[in-house]
Order: sequence, then C-alpha cells, then structure tokens
Amino acid sequence: MKKQTNLYIFAYASIMVIVVAAILSFASIALKPAQMKNLEIEKKLDILRSVNLAADASNVKDKNSYVEGEFDKFIKQRLVVDYKGNVKEGVDAFEITLKEEQAKDIEDRNLPLYVCQFEDGSVKYIIPVLGKGLWGPIWGNIALNEDMNTIYGVTFDHKGETPGLGADINKPFFMEPFKGKQIMNGDKFVSIIVHKGGAPEGDIHGVDAISGGTITSKGLEAMVKTCLSDYVPYFNNVRK
Amino acid sequence: MSEKEPLFSSKNMKLLTNPLNENNPITVQVLGICSALAVTVKVQPAFVMALSVTAVMAFSNVIISLLRNTIPTRIRIIVQLVIIASLVILVDQLLKAYVYDISKQLSVFVGLIITNCIIMGRLEAFALGNKPWPSLLDGIGNGAGYGIILVIIAVIRELFGSGTIAGFQIIPQSFYDFGYVNNGLMILPPMALVVVGVIIWVQRAKNKDLQES
Repeated sequence: MKKQTNLYIFAYASIMVIVVAAILSFASIALKPAQMKNLEIEKKLDILRSVNLAADASNVKDKNSYVEGEFDKFIKQRLVVDYKGNVKEGVDAFEITLKEEQAKDIEDRNLPLYVCQFEDGSVKYIIPVLGKGLWGPIWGNIALNEDMNTIYGVTFDHKGETPGLGADINKPFFMEPFKGKQIMNGDKFVSIIVHKGGAPEGDIHGVDAISGGTITSKGLEAMVKTCLSDYVPYFNNVRK
Repeated sequence: MSEKEPLFSSKNMKLLTNPLNENNPITVQVLGICSALAVTVKVQPAFVMALSVTAVMAFSNVIISLLRNTIPTRIRIIVQLVIIASLVILVDQLLKAYVYDISKQLSVFVGLIITNCIIMGRLEAFALGNKPWPSLLDGIGNGAGYGIILVIIAVIRELFGSGTIAGFQIIPQSFYDFGYVNNGLMILPPMALVVVGVIIWVQRAKNKDLQES
C-alpha cells in the first residue's frame, strides 16, 4: 500500500503537527486578553475579600465591573515599600509579581501593600503573601488593623493541595480564627503560629492546623512569617 | 452506489439514543468513571464538564472520520491523541477565558478529558470506519450518555450534600430548623461511586437485556 511508506508517515505527522500548532497558537493569542482580565479580577477580588468586602461578587450580573468598582472605591492607596520600611516611588504595587520579588535579594525587593479605607474612615493594610504548600504554591492576603499588629481578616488559596485536607486552607473554618490574632509580641515579631493538634485556648498568636494537612499548614505558617517579616521595619516606621 | 440514506434514518437515530441507555458509556461500558466521581459534587461544573466532553467527542469523531482514509494505520493512535489533545486544550482555553470560575472548579479534570477512555474508544471503534455524519451523531450520543449520568449523580449529590440544586436552595429552612442536616458524606468521592452503583442497579433491574445470566 502506497500510503504506508515511511515517507508518507513522516510527511503526514509533520503536516499534522504544524497545522495543530498553528491553530493552538492562534487560539492562545486570541484568548489571552480575556484570560488576563480574569486573573486581574481574581486578584482584586482576593484583596477585597481579605477585608470582608465584595461579598456579592458571585451573585452580581456583571462581576468584572462590580469588582473593579469596589476595588477603586475602597482601595485608596497602593504602596510599594522596601526592606528598610521606606515607601518607594514609581512602582505600581498591582503590577508586582511576588514570585519574582522573592527570588531577589532582600535589598532589592519591592514589597506591595494596599491601603483600604472604609466609609467610617477606619484604615486597613493589606499584604499579599506567597509560599509553598505540599504540592505547589499557596498564596493569600493578610489585612492588618491600623495598629499594624492585629489581623483584621485573611484569605488563602492554593493551586493543588490535597482535597479535603490541605485544600481546606481556603475554607472559612480555617481562615476565620486568624481574625483578631496578633503578629507582634511587644516589639518582637512573632507572626502567627499554626498549632498541630489545636492552638491553646486564648493564645493570641496561634491558630489550629488542619488535621491531615500538616505540611500545608506548616507551609502556610512559614509563608505568613517570611512574607510579613519583610514589612516589620515599615510597621515600626508607621507606628512611630 | 446504494440509495442515499436519510439523515435521521432509524439506524442513525439509534447511534444517538443507544448510548443514553442500553449502551451507556458510564453505566454499561463502565468508562470515564474517574471524572464521574470527581466533578459531580455540584450540578453546574458537572454540566459544563458534560458539555466539554460532548464537544470534544463530537468534533474529534468528525475530524477522524474525515481523515480516516488518509491516516497511516501505524500511527493512528498518535494521530487520534494529537487531535483529542488539541481539542481539549482549545476547550480549556475557552473555559478559562469565558467561564473562569467554573474552569477553576473543574481544574485539572478538563485536561484529563484527553485520557477519558470513552473518547478514544469511540474513535477506534466507530469514527475510523464510518462516515462523518454518523460519527458526529455517535459522538454527540456518547457525550450525552456520559453527560446525563454525570448530571444525575450531581443532582443527587448536591441535593443531599448541600441542600441545593445548581446553587438554588431546594431543602427549605424549616427542615433545618427541625434538625435536618446535610449529609457530608455525599460531598466526598466515595458516595459518587455508590450513586453510580445504584444507578447501574436500577438500570439493570429495568432492562432485561443488560442482565447477565
């Protein structure tokens, strides 16, 4: 049979691959803007959720404009600070990729910070964090009160932690206990400790780990600690 | 040349309806169980998953059927894989662009459509030896047969696991006030397997042809 020659097979395979590659690259380029927009909206929504805003996001008709409206309304400032606690000019906090910053030396790092102002005038500081779970990256936002010490709210999310165990870091039962905890002990930075087997009653620095999700929980603890510690000089500057 | 067959002849309609019941890919052929367990906690993702699989199956069936006389037999599996994989990537990209939240819930399972045995099974067994139109019907029929089971499981699991169907509260608040609680087990994958088992049981009890003597 003619079509079974090696030449035919090679030619067939090559043409097929080229055609498929062309179609896929076209689709990728054509859909990129819509996908990037979705990611941007998700990032904004995450920031808003850490201060308990944008609760209706999944119910409104036009989610994108709702999220952007809320974001512009409440997030008054986007700051970038350095490791000494000074505010940097000329960098947009929203454009910063945490992964790239964490790869840099501490001296060169740009640390993003969002300032949220409620209608009653109270101010919250939102810090995005990024770390490693068991299977892949975990990330979130931590909102602090004006005292730069008490946690007002948090959001966490993950790429692919174990369903039902580590994946539960994005569930309310895990995030809720962070509220009202303190990251400083006097002048000393202690971060938040995630206790395996449950945090002691009345511990203002500790929350419960997830049973069966110890590595994710510990990864989250390390994430909060390393990310927040970069901001400590800035906290001290503000408090003064 | 024989007389041209009408588009919806009884033979062609059988291609469409057979997989819904007597030859259902999940309950009779027991293929594609993996995603049936994984994405059936809520109705909405299950529905989108069913649509995605149907689209991939219909298009890949048609494409393979169009190419069937040119495909070199020795690399036919590779050709099938390439076509399925590209369609799945297209579907994944479209979901990411237009229904981002659902695409996040389906996560890795959209990519895993590639390995869904139903699709390759249909390409090997049907599209390679049939004309495009019957292949299209066969693809849609099998996709629908897969989808209908997925949605049935999802309705059962969401109703008893979360008290809702497609996000709407079905079980009234007064039930909860009387002490009714959602069955947390329903949300976990093992219950999907049990539900599949019950569906197979009901189907075989009704359909004598499927019973093994």
